[in-house]
Amino acid sequence: MTAVVADLASRCAVWWTILRICIEERLVYRGDFALGTLMRFLPIITQTFLWTAVFVGAGGPSTIGGYSRDEFIAYYLLTYVARAFSSMPGLASSIAAQVRSGEIKKYLVQPIDLLTFLFLSRMAHKLVYYAVATAPFALVFYLCRGYFEGWPDAPTLAAFVLSLLMSFLLGFFLEATLGMIGFWFLEVSSLLFVYMLFNFFFSGHMFPLTILSEPWRTIVLYQPLQYLAYFPAAVFLGKVQGPALVEGLIGQAAWTLAFVIAARTAMYYGVRRYSAFGG
Amino acid sequence: MSVVEIEGLKKSYRVYQKNEGLLASVKGLFHRTYKEVEAVKGIDLKVEQGEFVAFLGPNGAGKTTTLKLLSGVIHPSGGTARVMGYVPWKREHAYRRRFALVMGQKNQLWWDLPAQESFRLHQQIYRIDAKDFDRTRDELTELLQVRALLGRPVRELSLGERMKMELIAALLHSPEVLFLDEPTIGLDVVAQHNIQQFLRHYQEVRQITILLTSHYMKDVAALCRRAVIIAQGQIMYDGSLAGIVDRFSGHKVVTLAFADDEAPDLSHFGTVVESHTPKIKLRVDRPKVAEMLATVLRDHVVSDVSVEDPPLEEVIADMFQSAEASLATNKS
Repeated sequence: MTAVVADLASRCAVWWTILRICIEERLVYRGDFALGTLMRFLPIITQTFLWTAVFVGAGGPSTIGGYSRDEFIAYYLLTYVARAFSSMPGLASSIAAQVRSGEIKKYLVQPIDLLTFLFLSRMAHKLVYYAVATAPFALVFYLCRGYFEGWPDAPTLAAFVLSLLMSFLLGFFLEATLGMIGFWFLEVSSLLFVYMLFNFFFSGHMFPLTILSEPWRTIVLYQPLQYLAYFPAAVFLGKVQGPALVEGLIGQAAWTLAFVIAARTAMYYGVRRYSAFGG
Repeated sequence: MSVVEIEGLKKSYRVYQKNEGLLASVKGLFHRTYKEVEAVKGIDLKVEQGEFVAFLGPNGAGKTTTLKLLSGVIHPSGGTARVMGYVPWKREHAYRRRFALVMGQKNQLWWDLPAQESFRLHQQIYRIDAKDFDRTRDELTELLQVRALLGRPVRELSLGERMKMELIAALLHSPEVLFLDEPTIGLDVVAQHNIQQFLRHYQEVRQITILLTSHYMKDVAALCRRAVIIAQGQIMYDGSLAGIVDRFSGHKVVTLAFADDEAPDLSHFGTVVESHTPKIKLRVDRPKVAEMLATVLRDHVVSDVSVEDPPLEEVIADMFQSAEASLATNKS
């Protein structure tokens, strides 16, 4: 028992050091980082104008797919929060690039799990991002408070937080799996382009997935990308409730687990296949 | 038991063969031809504890591939290898805590952070006791004279300073086996000398086992007693450094300086390498050296004479060329 505790303490010390160093590294290029973080808020303004124009311009409809204009804009703002958790910019491409250049072997000779390292590194990136982006996010939500009907009840809020955390895990392991494909193909940029295209439409980033007509609506609500943006936002707005909410959270957990296994399997076979390119 | 035991180790790669031109590129979209390249062709090797062994060979000979196999970075196509009893490509944490790999062309430190941050991370990853870590880091930074640079971002260090930091990072966990892949590549002579001195001292004190690949014969001559020469994935020689010259060089280099500014024609004794009156340097077959010297000393007034083995680089280069020529002949 003591040995197990000691081992766990030692692992925690390693994880904390990796996290700390990744945060330090993230803060080196502070100007670029701050600018990149702040510029991500610009599309919110354009999207707000767009959907306002769709609804009120030329006597538009009062609701689309069960969403009013205010709900549409609130939905869009919430997908921004969800994507702040689930998007993993550069993760897959950097794994593939490190495989191609041979840089990845430094992780293979050290007594450390590559996936754990990448996970902690990404966690550090997110923590720094939240630290910088929380204030602008709060300001945007304050200015747009009129689009919301108020805070949801505590269970809905808890489900929303849980879905956000799972969207982070799902986003990480999904992109890590794509990156591991680099062990086979070396160059995965085209694959990533296709993935980003699908992600753009089927994660619900652009519009609530329920506005699609059948059978597309049913199809997209069975695929994992919906959990990266649509599902957390819909949970917050109370569009998914009761048994559907539990079912949705279980579905999200199942997809997350599936991609944990996929990433681990791809890494296991990928490392076996690895030829250590780049001298 | 030997620290490194290799039997029939093989590694082959499947390499895409692309012809020149746009048409070939388009054809490559539909049909590709691959070639099996045997980087390591069934080598056998044993290295004992405390040995400092040089892996020599031309580019593409299989040296780095062998080190990658032994460090578990890649899986072999055949054969077996054990390092300290571990099968490297199983990549057990217990094994990875006992060896280190330093590649001169690859940076393992965090580029944008000071080296001391990477060292701290290594302390945790390798589970080094805090006191041991402080002692080892201080000792290594003193020996390599880089203590003042610990707080400087790695990207702002010179190549030589960076390589010193790489070595420290690799040695913090006191590995029992060290794989060095061209650790002095690109360094100036002073930095090369410093690294050589450090490695020699460290190996003598710690008695660790080191396998070194290098194209700099000065590294090899300064550090290693044993050399393993690999060409085209096969071991061509395994023995002492001195033995390379004895075995593979059939000639000596004779330098003569004549007293009366004369420059006699000595080409019938061997190949004239340099001739600047009154000095002449020539390559003479070993059996003929005694006869040549007797004749020249009898017929001419000689002010200075030296008989030397040819430079190690030259012998090895000749050896590589003849090995490649003979392998090419066997293939055809």
